[in-house]
Amino acid sequence: MSPREAETPAPPLPASAPPEAGATALRTRGAVAFIAPALALVAVFLIFPALWTLYLGLTDYRLTGIQAANPQFIGLDNYAAALGDPRFGNSLWVTLVYVFGSAVIGQLGLGFTLAWIFRGWRGASRTVLEILVIVAWIIPSSVVAFLWIAFLDTHDGTLNAVLGNADVPWLFSWPLLSIIVFNTWRGTAFSMLLCGGALSTLPPSHLETARLAGASSWQQLRDIVLPSIRGHLLTNLLLISLWTFNDFSPYLITAGGPNFGTETLPIYIFRNALTNFQLGYGAAISAILLVINLVIALVYLRVLRKRN
Amino acid sequence: MYAKRRLLPSMALLTTAALVLSACSSGSSSTPASAAASPGAGQSAAAAGGAPITLTIAANSVVGGKSNQEASWITDYVIPNFQKEMAAQGKNVTVQFNGTGVADENYKAQLALDLKSGGGADVFDMDGIWIGEFAQAKYIKPLNTVAGSDVDNWDGWAQIPTAVQDNLSFNGQRYGIPMGTDGRFLYFNKDVMQKAGLPADWQPKSWADIISAAQTIKAKVPGVTPLQIDAGTAMGEATTMQGFLPLLVGTGAKIYDESTQKWQGDTPNVEAVLNFYQQVYSTGLGDPQIQTAAKGRDQSFQEFSQEKIGILAESDYMWRGVLKPDGGAFPMANRGTEVGYAFMPAEKAGSGIRGQDYVSMSGGGGRVLNPNSKNPKEAWALLSFMASKDAVLAYVGKQPQITMRQDVNDATLSSDPLLLWVSQKVLPLTAYRPGFAVYPQVSQALQLATQEVVAGTPVASAAKEYNDTLVKLVGADHVASGG
Repeated sequence: MSPREAETPAPPLPASAPPEAGATALRTRGAVAFIAPALALVAVFLIFPALWTLYLGLTDYRLTGIQAANPQFIGLDNYAAALGDPRFGNSLWVTLVYVFGSAVIGQLGLGFTLAWIFRGWRGASRTVLEILVIVAWIIPSSVVAFLWIAFLDTHDGTLNAVLGNADVPWLFSWPLLSIIVFNTWRGTAFSMLLCGGALSTLPPSHLETARLAGASSWQQLRDIVLPSIRGHLLTNLLLISLWTFNDFSPYLITAGGPNFGTETLPIYIFRNALTNFQLGYGAAISAILLVINLVIALVYLRVLRKRN
Repeated sequence: MYAKRRLLPSMALLTTAALVLSACSSGSSSTPASAAASPGAGQSAAAAGGAPITLTIAANSVVGGKSNQEASWITDYVIPNFQKEMAAQGKNVTVQFNGTGVADENYKAQLALDLKSGGGADVFDMDGIWIGEFAQAKYIKPLNTVAGSDVDNWDGWAQIPTAVQDNLSFNGQRYGIPMGTDGRFLYFNKDVMQKAGLPADWQPKSWADIISAAQTIKAKVPGVTPLQIDAGTAMGEATTMQGFLPLLVGTGAKIYDESTQKWQGDTPNVEAVLNFYQQVYSTGLGDPQIQTAAKGRDQSFQEFSQEKIGILAESDYMWRGVLKPDGGAFPMANRGTEVGYAFMPAEKAGSGIRGQDYVSMSGGGGRVLNPNSKNPKEAWALLSFMASKDAVLAYVGKQPQITMRQDVNDATLSSDPLLLWVSQKVLPLTAYRPGFAVYPQVSQALQLATQEVVAGTPVASAAKEYNDTLVKLVGADHVASGG
């Protein structure tokens, strides 16, 4: 709403600008001076490491051995090796399933559903609900991982005890599903809060009018709610997709196993760079991961801009 | 609103203050200790005012957790006694212990990153098999380069057998002082054996004997995993050392043959080992979940200590470091009566290396000096102090192990039947891993091959993939393959 209101008083400004060209230049210089420190920080901590990663990806640099002391330039060999490694393809697929299952379906789907169901709740009951959901989000990953290992343990796990069926090896037989449920549990709070906030911006009168006109719950949702909060949902989806894409916490539960069944790209990078010590190869895969992240971000930004 | 905004900075200030205060208090708490120590040093106490020196020891052990024996020894014996000795020489030395309790592979990565960035502890533990790659990366240097002639003049070397010294050497130079050596064999639970109708002094003579005993356990003792042979990448070097290599030497081949200068690629020997894995894990004799779990080795220890695994291939570390009744990670009160042990048999009688009926593999870690140390002389003093007879005797304490020192072994091993057996009967049969920098990468390729077989990949294709990786690592000229 507010950006559109801002457009109305805007025109007078450009009209008065031309006579003071010198002042504009001064203003530009001032602006540059102001953002220079920030740009320097971005350059040092973001752009330089990214370029360095690109460079490392072209070498056979290792953490130990001769290649640690004297890395050789090997061109695109690392990229060729990645594309030829069936486990890279596997991990890319695992990552996509993991993102789609736990972020898109799990966190956003469940988060929105919870926010919609409990939108009418106010006061103490809502506070309690929010605290319960947020707890899952604020506990440190290492603690959560331990809780989930205990929860899903084959012999002494809580889940098997509750179900009363002995010894279902969840992490072994359903590894990917297990970490999808885990990540859904972990991240739903964020989506729920964001969707809850978005829903509260809806003028109640719109829904009231719709209801009086005889619209069903589903129709209200489809024709009023979703179009109005589409921007919020997309922003949320962008954030959680990128987070989930780069998420490392499944490693704490399954270490990428069994037999690479849960080896997402970050875990694949970790295994090659810090377990197998192939830093050059790890850097090359990191660059690929960066590109994938950029593509995801671009797609979302495109969709967002279309709306405006 | 304003009040709320100001809350944050003031909280940050409070936190900082608390941190500073606690840092001060921990800094000062070490002073009374050294001050208390110096009066005993007589007149040199005054001279102890020399520039204070801090040394750090890093090890993959934690008091009350992983390798508790080493961690407690460092904090309770090494640090106070070494500080006292230094004070007596008029030096103001404080020693800190930086212990971690993680998988060996993670400790190794941490170590490499520390050294790469020019930091790290002054004295640290390392597996002997890492020496080559760390030396080639120039992360570590020969002891006498770091600490000078004191090293070669140390009287302790005479007590350490050459084969054990070689564990911490590379290209003929000593990079560290070894801590001892070990052996690999089969453990079994005597209770489980009895329930299965197998003898308490069980000794298989071939792989087929192991399989048939496991089948008997499977049939007669429900709820027990009959046989566990380490496999998979999650267990890291344990897979290679407790599982693959002891089996491989049982086929008559070493992973690297010095005479032909070739590594074992896709040979009948390697396929025989992978076939054994397949037999164990595809017929329900072994539990494949343990081999893929994030903390699988701990799980195998735990299940063995709880009588849930019948036969387990492990090293003597499990006996002294894990099942130890007091202070082990998974203590077994009845360790002495319930845990049985047997030689690892060759594939068939006489088919092992050197025509042996029984085989084993040995390795061993040691302690290395950090070339970045600001006080290399004192660091060497600390390292050699930790390897002195008194210190090693104190380390061994109530739980003997095969240390690097002959004089300590002679005095202590006789009190522990298993370790006496290992030192007298297993070590003569043993073999060592090749000390090449590339070995850890070959080892990872082997772990991957076992993992695939356990997951159901046909032996032939797992062996072929291993062979391809090996050729990339060492070149086709150095790979033996085919029959």
